[in-house]
Amino acid sequence: MPKIKMRQMESNQSGTISAVKAGGELGRRLRDMGLLPGSDITIQGRAPLKDPVALRIKGFTLTLRNNEAEFIEVEVN
Amino acid sequence: MEATIALAGNPNSGKTTLFNALTGARQHVGNYPGVTVEKKQGTYSENRLKFTIVDLPGTYSLTAYSLEEVVARDFLLNEKPGVVVNIVDAANLERNLYLTLQFMEMGIPVCIALNMMDVAKTRGIEIDIKKLSTLLGIPVVPTVARSGKGKKALMETVSEHIRDIKFTPLLISYGEDIDGALNRIEEKIIAANFLTDKYPSRWTALKYLEKDEQVLKAGNEANPVLSKEIKHDVLNVSDHLKKTLDTYPEAIIADQRYGYINSILKQGVVRHQKDQSRLHLSDKIDKVVTNRFLGPIIMLAVLMGLYKFTFTYSELPVGWVESCLGWISGIAEAHMPEGLLKSLIISGIIDGVGGVLGFAPLIMFMFFGISILEDSGYLARVAFMLDRVFSFFGLHGSSVMAFIVSGGIAGGCAVPGVMATRTLKSRRERLATLLTVPFMNCGAKLPVFALLTAAFFAENEAKVMFIITLIAWLGALLVAKLLRVTIIKGESTPFVMELPPYRLPTFRGLLIHTWERTWQYIKKAGTIIVGISIILWALMVFPGLPETETISYEQKRQAVIASIPAKIISELEAVEEDTELSEAANIFKDRLFEVDAQEAEAALRNSVAGRLGTALESITRLAGFDWRTNIALVGGFAAKEVVVSTLGTAYSLGEVDPEEIGSLSEALPKAPGWRPLTALSLIIFTIFYAPCFVAVVCIAREAGSWKWGAFSMVFNTALAFGLSVIVFQIGSLLGY
Repeated sequence: MPKIKMRQMESNQSGTISAVKAGGELGRRLRDMGLLPGSDITIQGRAPLKDPVALRIKGFTLTLRNNEAEFIEVEVN
Repeated sequence: MEATIALAGNPNSGKTTLFNALTGARQHVGNYPGVTVEKKQGTYSENRLKFTIVDLPGTYSLTAYSLEEVVARDFLLNEKPGVVVNIVDAANLERNLYLTLQFMEMGIPVCIALNMMDVAKTRGIEIDIKKLSTLLGIPVVPTVARSGKGKKALMETVSEHIRDIKFTPLLISYGEDIDGALNRIEEKIIAANFLTDKYPSRWTALKYLEKDEQVLKAGNEANPVLSKEIKHDVLNVSDHLKKTLDTYPEAIIADQRYGYINSILKQGVVRHQKDQSRLHLSDKIDKVVTNRFLGPIIMLAVLMGLYKFTFTYSELPVGWVESCLGWISGIAEAHMPEGLLKSLIISGIIDGVGGVLGFAPLIMFMFFGISILEDSGYLARVAFMLDRVFSFFGLHGSSVMAFIVSGGIAGGCAVPGVMATRTLKSRRERLATLLTVPFMNCGAKLPVFALLTAAFFAENEAKVMFIITLIAWLGALLVAKLLRVTIIKGESTPFVMELPPYRLPTFRGLLIHTWERTWQYIKKAGTIIVGISIILWALMVFPGLPETETISYEQKRQAVIASIPAKIISELEAVEEDTELSEAANIFKDRLFEVDAQEAEAALRNSVAGRLGTALESITRLAGFDWRTNIALVGGFAAKEVVVSTLGTAYSLGEVDPEEIGSLSEALPKAPGWRPLTALSLIIFTIFYAPCFVAVVCIAREAGSWKWGAFSMVFNTALAFGLSVIVFQIGSLLGY
């Protein structure tokens, strides 16, 4: 299965997070929200101006800016 | 039994709803010492139980990154409540338990209120409560906060829990490397009694591994040598993990926490009845509401609706407040002898109180409207849709509320606008929003613009108003950007925001929320505002005219009266208000009025504000303002519409009612020194200069420091003056 950055994922595309390469505050926030390697996600859509991105994880909806999604690597199905 | 219990949980878990259900109206709001985070406290009493309940800010975690998290953590560590009631969203168990685990790691007695059981059920999620409780080792009580279901059982359980259980920190295995380091560090901590008066020893060790800024700082102060040693140990583990697994200790710790939660949930605690990939109602709504084309249109309609709601429906109560105060000042007018005391009471105190109370209905309606948007979950969607625009200027998607309410649609008010920034959770973005919303065109600036456009740009009124709105927006956003790269610089706070499922707000919650905020404003801001109002009054009145001049005006008045024929005098004395006077009588009445107006002009010029205005004239000439405009602008600090009435006094027209500007708009173009360019320069200045002092008081309160209140006065005025000078000088060079 190919690995791509979450930023490049399209609506309704699903996958499993393989790496979160952010440190500091962003890294911690992402982890606190459950964005960890091994978590399954589905892209729900993007805001009208294409940024931020909304995704489904662990049964809730989370939004991230594209430049934050850049740090997350996903193995897409 | 009496005890203090803390309510904690994720945002959107129904925490505040449960707090309202438990405490009813027996609650009050304050601030945590030194910060602007709200502290809600209330009491629950039922039979023998009497609990003080503290509603901690909603958080996802207990790191030291956000103010809310620090506040929640400090409260738990310092105040040591008997029990933490942790509200857990049953429909969202995994992520909610992440916070629960951190309470347990701290060694605090926890009782779970498993909330939104109804929602979980409709989603086909079945939870084995007994099993969850056994596996976690803490009591779990199902609740539905909206209806108050389960609250009695919850409080009973809490009371037993306080008595029965001695709590020890939960020990989770974080894997060989981390566990080894934890044990070594903990030994050192215990041996040296390092921070043990403040924190549990293992928790301190864990926080060192997580590189928690607050704990590290406390450690450095308490025992720099040991702190350094522990940091060195952490570095060793970090290096090792980086080399072997390409990861950090924090990441492993988070990973293991989620692993621990999963191992519990997988033992048959949660069963899904329905297909999980099925779209919930909320997702279906979002398909429409955040749609590329429909989304912005719906948002525009909702924002317009909020605006209309706030400013249209509040008109009635604002009118009541005004007529009530008008009635009181009418009594003072009729029954008090002329003089300073009367002027102080009417123009200083009653107007000041009016200034405070006049805003109260606006604040009330604004908070009611925003609470609906916030509690329903729509506000998060607005932030989601607009973040791209606002983040470009160093702000946050949620900033839009504050801008709109402040007058982004011309005619708002910066006071509720400043208070609306409370919905922003990121500190730097919030401060930048706070400082720039006063540039919007509030309702009080409109009479000033109306006067100037009527006087100088009468043919293009609508177009000019539109341009003024554009200038305000552009100015505000650019200044925000400027602030964010200079004095409030720093990386943008991560957006990482939950889109909570749509929910119907509870009416009770809305009312409590609205009332608290409004009352807080009246109580805290009110006293300061009345005080400043009196000072401003004094500036415009003292020292008054020298006696010789007062006498000379009195003589002029007597001369006019002496020249009135007897017949007209009796007519003037006999008439009641509102009756039409004969033409001859009107002429004399106008003459008397003229003398009064001249005296008022002279007195104003002689006042402290007048002297200030005159002294500044040599500088303000650069922007085209003479002393009259200067005084009016000083007066505008009380409230922007005062610019109009003060200009009226300064041009000997008597006090001009801001709503009836006819005479003044005719007088201005004829007055020396006025031309369209002067008007344009004054418009620019009015948009940008110091917010009215009510707004300044609110900015200082919301930013948590008077420094920022002072900053907004000085910076905005300097900016406004700079822009006006540029406009006026370039315009003059071009021959306008």
